[in-house]
Amino acid sequence: MATQSSRSAARIMMAPAVILLLGWMLVPLTMTLWFSFRKYLPLRGGDLGWVGFDNYVRFVSSSSFWPSVQTTLIIVGGVLVITVTFGVLLAMLLDQPMWGQGIVRILVIAPFFVMPTVSALVWKNIFMDPVNGLFAHLWKFFGATPVEWLSQASLQSIIMIVSWQWLPFATLILLTAIQSLDGEQLEASEMDGANIFQRFGYVILPHLARAITIVVLIQTIFLLAIFAEIFVTTGGAFGTKTLSYLIFQRVLESQNIGLGSAGGIYAVILANIVAIFLMRIVGKNLDA
Amino acid sequence: MGSITLKQVTKSFGEVDVIHPIDLEIEDGEFVVFVGPSGCGKSTLLRLIAGLEDVTSGTIEINGSDATNIPPAKRGLAMVFQSYALYPHMSVRKNIAFPLKMAKLDAAEIDRKVNEAAKVLNLSDYIDRRPGQLSGGQRQRVAIGRAIVREPDAFLFDEPLSNLDAALRGNMRLEISELHQTLATTMIYVTHDQVEAMTMADKIVVLRDGVIEQVGSPIELYKNPRNLFVAGFIGSPNMNFASGKIAEEMGAPTIGIRPEHINVSKSKGSWKGTVGVSEHLGSDTFLHIDVDGVGMLNVRADGEIDLNHGDTAWLTPDPDKIHKFDASGMAV
Amino acid sequence: MARAVTTNRKAANTALAWAVGLLIFFPILWTILTSFKTEAQAINDPPLFLFFDWTLENYSVVQERSNYMRFLWNSVIIAGGSTILGIIVAVPAAWSMAFVPSKRTKDILLWMLSTKMLPAVGVLYPIYLLFIELGLLDTRFGLTIVMMLINLPIIVWMLYTYFKEIPGEILEAARMDGATLKEEILYVLTPMAVPGIASTLLLNFILAWNEAFWTLNLTAAKAAPLTAFIASYSSPEGLFYAKLSAASTMAIAPILIMGWFSQKQLVRGLTFGAVK
Repeated sequence: MATQSSRSAARIMMAPAVILLLGWMLVPLTMTLWFSFRKYLPLRGGDLGWVGFDNYVRFVSSSSFWPSVQTTLIIVGGVLVITVTFGVLLAMLLDQPMWGQGIVRILVIAPFFVMPTVSALVWKNIFMDPVNGLFAHLWKFFGATPVEWLSQASLQSIIMIVSWQWLPFATLILLTAIQSLDGEQLEASEMDGANIFQRFGYVILPHLARAITIVVLIQTIFLLAIFAEIFVTTGGAFGTKTLSYLIFQRVLESQNIGLGSAGGIYAVILANIVAIFLMRIVGKNLDA
Repeated sequence: MGSITLKQVTKSFGEVDVIHPIDLEIEDGEFVVFVGPSGCGKSTLLRLIAGLEDVTSGTIEINGSDATNIPPAKRGLAMVFQSYALYPHMSVRKNIAFPLKMAKLDAAEIDRKVNEAAKVLNLSDYIDRRPGQLSGGQRQRVAIGRAIVREPDAFLFDEPLSNLDAALRGNMRLEISELHQTLATTMIYVTHDQVEAMTMADKIVVLRDGVIEQVGSPIELYKNPRNLFVAGFIGSPNMNFASGKIAEEMGAPTIGIRPEHINVSKSKGSWKGTVGVSEHLGSDTFLHIDVDGVGMLNVRADGEIDLNHGDTAWLTPDPDKIHKFDASGMAV
Repeated sequence: MARAVTTNRKAANTALAWAVGLLIFFPILWTILTSFKTEAQAINDPPLFLFFDWTLENYSVVQERSNYMRFLWNSVIIAGGSTILGIIVAVPAAWSMAFVPSKRTKDILLWMLSTKMLPAVGVLYPIYLLFIELGLLDTRFGLTIVMMLINLPIIVWMLYTYFKEIPGEILEAARMDGATLKEEILYVLTPMAVPGIASTLLLNFILAWNEAFWTLNLTAAKAAPLTAFIASYSSPEGLFYAKLSAASTMAIAPILIMGWFSQKQLVRGLTFGAVK
């Protein structure tokens, strides 16, 4: 299969993809790194020279920094908990014999395919609007005062919206994993006398452990980068500024490129840490 | 036309030496079988000849000219793979026509040759079906048809019968042997089954761990195995080996005797033993006998013999057929 | 489980599952329904479920007032163009990694996947700057290139897994049959890989269509796809729920349909093979 002629052909064929991705990664990253060490304010003078690690220090010592870290942790953590918990339950439900399973799957998967701007705006206006939203109608029906979701319960709102979007992903992955569980293992444990909770705890959950880890890692990487949902609902107000959003604001809104770039590098490092764990698991599966 | 010569051929995968220097002559028209246990390198050797792998060192000559660096498509060889490797998206006709299409023959010529091959192999009935709709034996015939139609200098078979059930295997063995008679083309056949090797080969190459243990005709290997390994590998059921006192008496560290060369009697013989398991095949009975001072021996007896578990038996080995092996395992 | 499941149990499962499914699907359903209401009825309390005056006026208004078709067309070109370009670049790469693997193949594959994990904010400004320099800002071409680059790892990855499922022996047989590399890829590999290529196309079209960072930040009036168009509804004037619903329904409908067909691909493409 692998002869000299096919090896050289292979190298040429890989080249375009490798070169493109290398460029895509290195060029902007190097530039960001460069900017992070300079004071650069395009609206107020442009490139103002080398400042060493000044931006890095200022970024973490800014008053918005720790709140944004907190916000990020709450949102990511909240979505993870909701999607994994309900994902497992939903996956187990969908694995049961029932009628119309195919259609239920479609219903459950659908939110993932809705573009983030649509889901954010639909939730914001049609559901969460304190005057005309469905929740408002519902609250009023029960005689309660409607909640001003995006201003009073902003983090919960964002978590709700994002969880709704990502629950299908978790469910689908976990369902695939459950279906790969050898039925005979469960039967064997039943013959060994395990009841339904024990079977869940000793057989199903350990089997799912790997899939749950994957879901957590992949979702974390994507959740750290949530943007559109915040952009179109609160614009970062009411304490919904995540680390990514903070960086975005520094860069595109206040146009403090040096500061924003330093923040960007922090974000890259953070993402890489999560990615290392994920890649290790993926790597174990590859048998190239 | 179809002579192949390997000179000092080696193959390594990274640090691992899979084939140690091998020299081999294959004459035109011979049916050569590469046989050996799993991992001995027989398939690798075949693939080196085919050109699907590069040799690490050494040369391969086809018809007297150096083919070591020539790509597989240009070596004039055809291969039948273990899994048949038929093109699933093409009909049987298109599968067989493919090599001719690659050789840029014109459509009329291609049709003629395909129909010819189909007739020879009895494929005409399902020539327009797809591989997915065929049985194992039919697929194998298509694979052979695809090879035949190229009129190669030699055919390479990589364990073609392993995926078939036992009954079919027997039939296909005959068909391939008959094909060899008809076409008179060189055939190199790889198998781990020594029965296939013995029944089909003109010449057998026994391989172990990338080294040729012995080359010879089936009968040669049967009668004069060069070492313990070949002696124990060729022949079914396996040769019996004994060492210790009985071997010393015969003058060698290890002796061997085939089950069919030991006479069994209920009353008289040289060695006395107790019958353990007896396997009744109808035509023969194989008795596993625990012989005092020798060990467990497998003995072939007539199917009608009345010896069962626990009975006493007397064995007499044929003195002409005892094989002696020295301390390093080589035949003496 | 081979034992017979009682009908009661099956009915209970069905009821629960459908209830949960409909609950999850409800926002989408509601949006579709609202798109057919008048603005006044869209905010009606109590909410009107099915019995209202069905109308198509929202759909026509959205198109007239804001030229919806142009945004739709932008989405199609950007999503389609980036996916096709990606496939062209990825097929040779995936071929070589699947059929002529070397010691570094695994590392290269993992590295490619890791580029997808790069946080976009980290490279936002440089890309923005480069786009201005190269005149690519607010162009469909520029956005297509970016979409291709961010999805390339997934396209390569998916094609790689599909190619690996093709038995190597069949390609070797083609080689023995006299096929050159080009002929091997054209006559044997591609026909066998067509379902895999189609699945990859589908999933990545969807991912590019829904992308909502670069499409929001690198476009303005000319090249804005649907994601950006919808985003413009975030601070509108006057009653707009029905119009938002109409615009949203049109934006998500094609993808919902495509999404139904690509469930399996979703698992394969986005978990990088770690879940089978």
